[in-house]
Amino acid sequence: MSKFDKLVTNAAGRIVPTVINGKSAVPYQGVGKYKPEGFRAAPKLASCADYPADGNKVIPSLKEALLKAGLRDGITISTHHHFRNGDLVATQIFDIAHELGIKDLMWYPSASFPCHEPMTKYLEDGTINRIEGSMNGALGRFTSEGKMKGLGVLRSHGGRYQAVQDGEVHIDIAVIAAPTADPFGDANGVNGSAACGPLGFALADSQYADKVIIVTDNLIPFPCLPWQINGNYVDYVVVMDKIGIPEKIISGTTEITKSPDRLLLAEWSARFCDEAGLIYDGFSFQAGAGGTALSIGIYFSEILRERKWKARFARGGSNKYLVQMLEEGLVEYILDGQTFDLDGVRSMRDNPHHTWTSPFTSYNYHSKGNFSSMVDIVILGATEVDVNFNANVVTHSDGYLLHGIGGWQNTLFGKCVILPIPLFRDRMPVIRDAVTTICGPGELIDVIVTERGIAINPLRTDLIEKMKNSSLPIKTIEELKAEAEKICGVPAKPKFTDEVVAVVKWVDGTVLDAIWKVSNDK
Amino acid sequence: MGAIATAGNKGKGVRSDCFVTLELTDQGGIQLQVESKVAVMYGDDIRRNALDILAYFGIAHASVKIEDSGALTLVIAARLEAAIKKLITTDKVWLPPMLAENLYTTPKDRNRFSRLYLPGNSPSLMINAGIHKPDGIILDLEDAVAPDKKDEARYLVRNALCGIDFYGAERMVRINQGERGLEDLEHIIPYNVNLILLPKCEHPDQVHAVNNKIQEIVNRQSSLVTCHSSLDIWIMPIIESALGVINAYPIASSAPNIVALAIGLEDYTADLGTRRTSEGTESFFARSMVVNAARAAGIQPIDSVFSDVGDMEGLRQNVLRSKALGFDGMGCIHPRQIVVIHETFAPTAEEIEKAKKIVFAFHKAQELGLGVVALGTKMIDPPVVKRALNTINLALKMNKLAENWRETYE
Repeated sequence: MSKFDKLVTNAAGRIVPTVINGKSAVPYQGVGKYKPEGFRAAPKLASCADYPADGNKVIPSLKEALLKAGLRDGITISTHHHFRNGDLVATQIFDIAHELGIKDLMWYPSASFPCHEPMTKYLEDGTINRIEGSMNGALGRFTSEGKMKGLGVLRSHGGRYQAVQDGEVHIDIAVIAAPTADPFGDANGVNGSAACGPLGFALADSQYADKVIIVTDNLIPFPCLPWQINGNYVDYVVVMDKIGIPEKIISGTTEITKSPDRLLLAEWSARFCDEAGLIYDGFSFQAGAGGTALSIGIYFSEILRERKWKARFARGGSNKYLVQMLEEGLVEYILDGQTFDLDGVRSMRDNPHHTWTSPFTSYNYHSKGNFSSMVDIVILGATEVDVNFNANVVTHSDGYLLHGIGGWQNTLFGKCVILPIPLFRDRMPVIRDAVTTICGPGELIDVIVTERGIAINPLRTDLIEKMKNSSLPIKTIEELKAEAEKICGVPAKPKFTDEVVAVVKWVDGTVLDAIWKVSNDK
Repeated sequence: MGAIATAGNKGKGVRSDCFVTLELTDQGGIQLQVESKVAVMYGDDIRRNALDILAYFGIAHASVKIEDSGALTLVIAARLEAAIKKLITTDKVWLPPMLAENLYTTPKDRNRFSRLYLPGNSPSLMINAGIHKPDGIILDLEDAVAPDKKDEARYLVRNALCGIDFYGAERMVRINQGERGLEDLEHIIPYNVNLILLPKCEHPDQVHAVNNKIQEIVNRQSSLVTCHSSLDIWIMPIIESALGVINAYPIASSAPNIVALAIGLEDYTADLGTRRTSEGTESFFARSMVVNAARAAGIQPIDSVFSDVGDMEGLRQNVLRSKALGFDGMGCIHPRQIVVIHETFAPTAEEIEKAKKIVFAFHKAQELGLGVVALGTKMIDPPVVKRALNTINLALKMNKLAENWRETYE
């Protein structure tokens, strides 16, 4: 099986393979252009007669459950990143597979974290053939150096749901780590010592996988309410001492930034939104968990409080700051994709105005619409942007793959997408002639806010008109690029070999870009 | 084996800097090793520059290691030059290009509400300092630099004066005390420094020594980057001792290029044998002396820094006290303090409204040729008019009032 084959140039001008891990793939055709026909994929019919009438699906060990679920060479196993860097379950699955001498698995995580670095040894010894999902940090470096046997596939959260739903990816075994569950397999993430909030990233897996295993360290008698995952989809339940490390589950950048440069970016972003008329009584926004994004929420709060306005809804990643806005009445609803701290978990559990979502409700390409396009203001990050407003979130300017896409691609469909990013990080300019890897087409990215000026996408003539007399430093993106290069110098481009190591999928399943093996030539 | 010298910083948390290790050898040419987090983008550029600089200083045989954490070219050059000058004696200097936008001068009476201290050996804090719009930036060669780093800081500060854009902030340098301070001047005077901060000033002679040295450098250097006469470089003495407080007026009035008199309270309270408190009772006399001396000499009194960078409300209260005592500005040690200082020193909306009334009446009286300014039936004394004029000027400078406000004033 060839890792990749039949390179073509796609609608984004990028050279991409149309054969990926032996299967054919469609090159990117443009935003909203690709509309495949046919039917949703479907899992096998099950019969309740095959399951214990007393509802008890508990199996003594994960190993036994995996064997019963049909663990064998070449299958696809999915896991989820609700526990972020505190996950104790995913690695155990592959420890067991390795011990049994299983080869060529495909790992289908919703995201990977530094705690998954041990997977590199299973990628090396052939237990795992490839990762389709995200390859962060050490796993990304491993991929960039061409060491992964299969071709990596990077998908957004929505793209993951799309791939499962239209049959591009078939999950053989889904292992869902659940902070609380009952013996029937009903599960939620809002109770238990590993409480993480929603379990939305596992929803598709529970519905479409051949076999579903729930792993919990807090087994309670039926019923487990709320049942974010329904036991009706579940084959086996496994109880462990500990499935996650609480202090690492609640991690990431969840504090307001103290960096004066980033506070300036936050202040200018908020002022931009205000001056451009994007904030109004009943508006909606998404702010991520990064320090800059959190600080923008603080500035939004000041504006809303002063004018006695409310946001109709905020799209989470939630955390204590967003919860404060909800509880103060500055935000009416939180639609939450993941929860970054215990205040978020508590609020989701106790406050009916704070609800969990899944990629189905928020991002799914095969839905009859989804709410990502209804959000007024979307604040995102990027590793690079180019003069055509294309943006990169997966590779760095040195060519290495270091991050996953997350929900980033999906949220680009919001009405105004703003990227507050420093013009250069140390000496690395952020604005390039062309991004190393394109993850988001420029037509969906509206504003770049840097500490030396703000660039508005020329397609957004409405915003340009509104900001004509602004006191904010509005510049062209070319001016900003020149300013950075005057300070840092013009950066050389990374050298690559002609070997593709991974691809970036667009939200519709087409191939947006390829990631190439880095060259070691000095 | 030859002599070895090092310069710069490395290790965890160090950013935008580099660490240079230089060993002079007898033969074998230049052995250059570059380890950089931006090697892919700038590795070739770093190597090329390093070789140029070594050649410029006539070094043909050496082993050089550059451990880079994303330093700008002007930083790497300063580190390399510092290492070289630890091993060889030379009058040559390697300068980054002087940016055209850095060739501005500052008026004597400009606003000096905020001046941001930047440790003279920390490049990462310098690069973005100007975007926070302080009235002045201080490249500090004195207390913010460790004793064993004071030599290398000179090259970094000099290169920063040439190559970093501070976006219109007044370009200040705090030199060291005594003889070292006078030597510092050699490294900064030719590079369009706007103002010299003179620490621990106790006597007018210290001011004269600095001015003489400036004059000497200006006279000696025929090829200055800019053509400043010595009196275009302003001086701000810092009063930091009991003796300095007693001599505040003689110091403030000792030279025409003194534009402000600052007070440094940490050293002052230590000298008094007391401790600094947030109420500031212990420094009330000294602060009042400095304000009085400065006003008597017709220059700006500038207050000490507020050191709790997390306490914005405490800072605001401190600025209000400072303003009430008569100070025109204060130092800051974190960019977040700048906005609070500016907002609090700026005239309030209420003060501006009151001043508008008085100034409008004053102009009306002038137009009518009246010697007395009156608001309704109330006579307005000349000092009140003067204060109102000051308030209006300040409001204009800070864009809190339109230039043509009188045209629409009722």
